[in-house]
Amino acid sequence: MLHPQPHPFVDEQPLIELRGATCGYGGHPAVEDVSLKIWPGEFVGILGPSGAGKTTVLRAILGGVKVYRGQVLIEGKPLGQRRMPIGYVPQLETVDWNFPITVEEVVLLGLASNKAWPWATRRERQRVYEMLERLGIAHLAQRHIRALSGGQQQRVFLARALVANPRLILLDEPTSGVDIKTRDDILHLLHQLNHQGATIMLTTHEINAVAAHLPRVVCINRTVIADGPPAQVFTPEILGRTYGARMVVIHHGGLVLVAERPHAGYEEHLVLQGEYDAGAV
Amino acid sequence: MLEPFEYGFFVRGFIVAGLVGILCGLVGVYVVLRRMSYIGHGLSHAMIGGAVVSYVMAFNFYAGASIWGFLSALLINTIVRHRRAIGTDAAIGVITTAGFALGVAIISRYRTFTRNFEAALLGNLMGVAPQDVWAVTAMTLTALAIIILTYRRMLFLTFDPEVAAYYGVPTAWLDSLFALLLAGTLVVSMQLIGVTMLVGALVIPAVTARLLTDSFGRLLVLSGAIGTFNGLCGTYLSYFLDVSSGANVVLVGTVLFVLAYLWSGLRGRLGRLWGIEAH
Repeated sequence: MLHPQPHPFVDEQPLIELRGATCGYGGHPAVEDVSLKIWPGEFVGILGPSGAGKTTVLRAILGGVKVYRGQVLIEGKPLGQRRMPIGYVPQLETVDWNFPITVEEVVLLGLASNKAWPWATRRERQRVYEMLERLGIAHLAQRHIRALSGGQQQRVFLARALVANPRLILLDEPTSGVDIKTRDDILHLLHQLNHQGATIMLTTHEINAVAAHLPRVVCINRTVIADGPPAQVFTPEILGRTYGARMVVIHHGGLVLVAERPHAGYEEHLVLQGEYDAGAV
Repeated sequence: MLEPFEYGFFVRGFIVAGLVGILCGLVGVYVVLRRMSYIGHGLSHAMIGGAVVSYVMAFNFYAGASIWGFLSALLINTIVRHRRAIGTDAAIGVITTAGFALGVAIISRYRTFTRNFEAALLGNLMGVAPQDVWAVTAMTLTALAIIILTYRRMLFLTFDPEVAAYYGVPTAWLDSLFALLLAGTLVVSMQLIGVTMLVGALVIPAVTARLLTDSFGRLLVLSGAIGTFNGLCGTYLSYFLDVSSGANVVLVGTVLFVLAYLWSGLRGRLGRLWGIEAH
């Protein structure tokens, strides 16, 4: 797995800044008092259990939720004045896979926002093919989106997010519902893009498989619990507060591994049976 | 073969049928993909109320029916928003049937209408008046202009409304524009197709075309072409069979749909047999 070098962040302004933001839907806050700075060139994972408000944080940046208190700033300016294009990859489960649309048509949408001319220009088409080529799916351009594997489907929506050349790419659970090989491919690809200068933010609930491989992890459960490199934030205390479950953290040769700890009653039961050596971990 | 074209009323109906066919074929694609078939069905019925009331009050028929349809849509929205226990489909059922019932009640109470309301219910070639040709032409041109100029944004909105908004597509504005487009389509198609048949004319070309292609661009063109064919062929046959034009347009469409259904099954089977990937 590639790891980007730490970026020098001195006297630059953050790309994204949340200042004590409380946001949600229909009068009900989903996250409260979130403060977060994302700097250009970073690769950040938002980690938390389902329902913790990970997607809400992404939506706050995209202007898709109500901000009740606090501020969301894009390049130092309020949301309404956003000029910067942001690439967004939704969760694959939210896509209507029966919709009559080809791979090429999906990727072209990434350039559609203010086009009055219905047909794509030659330059736009070329741009789409370059992007598909780069992601290794150019031969699938005329296929229907259902006729693809999970990894290919993820790449199609990544291509749509990248085609307008955004500085910031947001991905909602890009590794859920795909197999291990695809997951590693996707993470590798994202690291490459990050090395080429893109700022990347993704949400995940997978600690070992995803979050542990990112340079910076923000633990969220309705508010920010911790923020920093995995080695720093992966402590039983922080993960326990994030997931509301007891966790065991194992450091092994520079690797951090997190496991769920059997609940107290079960442990005692095992100890009584003499089958479990509680001192081993 | 060409005998019906000697009659002015038939030529008029035939032109309107072709235009209504294109219009319904194109608008129907969005109706089907946005899962709005039932609201289209309901609104077309509700408009009978508006049409009859506007006649009684000596008000322009098109304006009356459109305003009535628009108000019905607003009412449905209000009910769903303020009484959460009532689902959208049930609210559509109440409001649109009430409008339809009011229209039928007035028609059956006063039987002295010169306007052919039976045509509005069941669809009739003879119900097409000269001014209807202009209304349908204007509506078809407007619809074509809207569909072409908003093509990419409307596709984004239809496929993925949430992400479309993030990418700066004016979703609320396009939603309202589409609602007006749908209402206009229903109003100008009413006389030829009849409100009871309208949703068929709207939905059948789109679902038939859907069985034949997986690309949105091709679907739109194909659905417009199938709609035109259904309209022209249905109207032409209705002259010889002496069957209501609305019913005929829907029946011709149904035959094409069955053929497309069988063909798509056959294609899948042949594909597997020959080891060719069909999708």
